[in-house]
Amino acid sequence: MQQFLNVTLGGLSQGAIYAAFALALVLIWRATRIINFAQGSMAMFSTYIALVLIESGQSYWAGFAAALLAGLVLGALIERVVIRPVEGGPELNAVIVTLGLFVAIQALAAILFGASFESFPAPFGLSGFSVGEFTVAFTPFSAFVIGSVVVVMLALVALFRFTDIGLRMRASAFNQEVARLLGVRVGNMLTLGWAFAAVVGSLAGLLIAGGNLVHPAYMDPVIVYGFVAAVLGGLESPAGAVVGGLLIGLALSYVSGYLGSELVTLAALGILVAVLLVRPHGLFSRTTARRV
Amino acid sequence: MTDEATLEVRDLTTRYGPVTALDGVNVRARPGEITAVLGANGAGKTTLLRSISGLVRGTDGSVLLGGRDMSRAPVEAIARAGVAHVPEGRGVITELTVEENLRLGDLLGATRPQRRHRLDGVYEMFPALAERRRQEASSLSGGERQMLVIGRALLSGPEVLLLDEPSLGLAPRIVTQLFGLLRDLVDRDGLTVLLVEQNARSALAIADTGFVLNLGRVVAADAADTLAADDELRHAYLGF
Repeated sequence: MQQFLNVTLGGLSQGAIYAAFALALVLIWRATRIINFAQGSMAMFSTYIALVLIESGQSYWAGFAAALLAGLVLGALIERVVIRPVEGGPELNAVIVTLGLFVAIQALAAILFGASFESFPAPFGLSGFSVGEFTVAFTPFSAFVIGSVVVVMLALVALFRFTDIGLRMRASAFNQEVARLLGVRVGNMLTLGWAFAAVVGSLAGLLIAGGNLVHPAYMDPVIVYGFVAAVLGGLESPAGAVVGGLLIGLALSYVSGYLGSELVTLAALGILVAVLLVRPHGLFSRTTARRV
Repeated sequence: MTDEATLEVRDLTTRYGPVTALDGVNVRARPGEITAVLGANGAGKTTLLRSISGLVRGTDGSVLLGGRDMSRAPVEAIARAGVAHVPEGRGVITELTVEENLRLGDLLGATRPQRRHRLDGVYEMFPALAERRRQEASSLSGGERQMLVIGRALLSGPEVLLLDEPSLGLAPRIVTQLFGLLRDLVDRDGLTVLLVEQNARSALAIADTGFVLNLGRVVAADAADTLAADDELRHAYLGF
C-alpha cells in the first residue's frame, strides 16, 4: 500500500512535468502544424542559462525567471528566423528543420556549457513528507512542481479565454486567412505562440532538472514522454495534453515501480503504438482526420 | 468623379500560373453606393475581391483606397485600413463561439464599453445570434453563419465592405431581409459596398451601379437599372 502511494505520488509530479512539455508541443502544433522536436533542446538551453546564473551566485529564483525569459526569447527568435521560411511549405521540411535544431542546440550547449553532468539545485527540500510513521515519496519540491505547472496552465487558460491577444492567437491558429482579413497580424501571433510554448517547455526543463543532473541531452527522454502524452491527448487539445501528461506520468511510474525502471522507455513507446492503433485521434481530439 | 471613389481598381491583372483570372480590370466604387459585380462562374468575381483585400497579388495594375495605393500592402494592413472582406461561405471560425467570432471583428482600437455597445447592436440586428452567443459557431446553420460574418464585418466599422455571394444558400425571405438591411446601412452610414453576386437580378435590384465581368474582363459598366434594362446584356451574361 505504501509503495502504491509512493509510486502514484511520484507519477503525478513527473506527470505534471510531462503535461507541461506536452502542452508546449500542442501549442506549437495548433499554431503552426509543426511538431517541434527541438522543444527539449530549447528547454535544456534555457535551463543551462539558469544554471550559469545560479553558479555565478544568483538565487535560484533569479535563474528560474531568467530561464523562462530565455525560453520566451528563444522561442520567438527560432520561429522568426528559422521556422518562418519553411512555414506553409511541405510538412517534412519543417520536421527536418526542428530535428536539425534539436541537434544543433545540443551541440551549441556542449560547446558553451560543457558536455559533462552537472547538478542542478532545487529550491525546496527533496526529502519526503512524513505521514505518521511513514515517509512518502512526495517532497516539498514535488508540491512546487505540481503547483507551478497548475499556475502556468491556469495562466494560459485565462490568456486564451479572456484576453484579446489570446483570442487573436486562437483565431490565427484555427483559420489564418479569416484572421488576417479581420486585421489580425497572424505572423506576430505565431511568433507569440512559439514564445509562450517555449516558456512552458522551459518550465518543464527546469522542473525536470531540479535536484537532478543536467547535461546537454538530459531532456531527450522527456521529448519522447511528452510527445506520447501529446498524442494521447489528441495533439489538438491543451486539456488533452495535460491529462495525457498525467496519465503517462502515472503509467510510467507504475512500470518503473513494479516492473523495473529499465522498462520505462519501452513502455512509453508501447503506449504510443497502442494509442495510434486504438485511438489514433487521441482521447480528446474532435478532428476526424489527421495526417501524422 | 475620380476623387469621390473610395475604392478604385486600375488596370488590374491577376494570374494564377498560366491562367489569367483578371485582365486589365477597372472598377470604381463610391461611398453611399452599392456596386454590384456580376458575371458567370469563373468570370473572376471572387478573384477581384481577393485581389482587393490582398489575399491574391495582382501581377499588374493597382488597387487604390481613398487614393492610396494598397496593392502591395499585406492583408491585415488592408483590413486595418477599413476594408472588410466577407469571403464566400468560409468566413466563420467554427472552433470559436459565436461571440468570440464577433469580438474578432472589433479588436481594432475601440474601448470596452464601445465594443459592448456595438456588439449589442449586432445582436439586435440578428437576434438569432444573441440566443446562441455562447455556442460554438460550428453549430450554426448556413443562414446564421452568413449573419455572423456580416455582423462581424460591420462591427469593425469598415469604410469598404466586400461581400462575396452573401445570398448563397440562404432562403429567399432572408436574402430580401439581408439586402434591405444592407441598403439601410449604406444609406445611413455612407458605406462603400462591392457586392459579388451570381443572382444578378436581386443584386441589381438593390445596387446603384454594376459591373459585368466575363472571362476576367469588364464587359459592361453602368447604372444598375440601365444594366437591368439591357436585354442583350442580360441574356448574354446575366442569365435572367
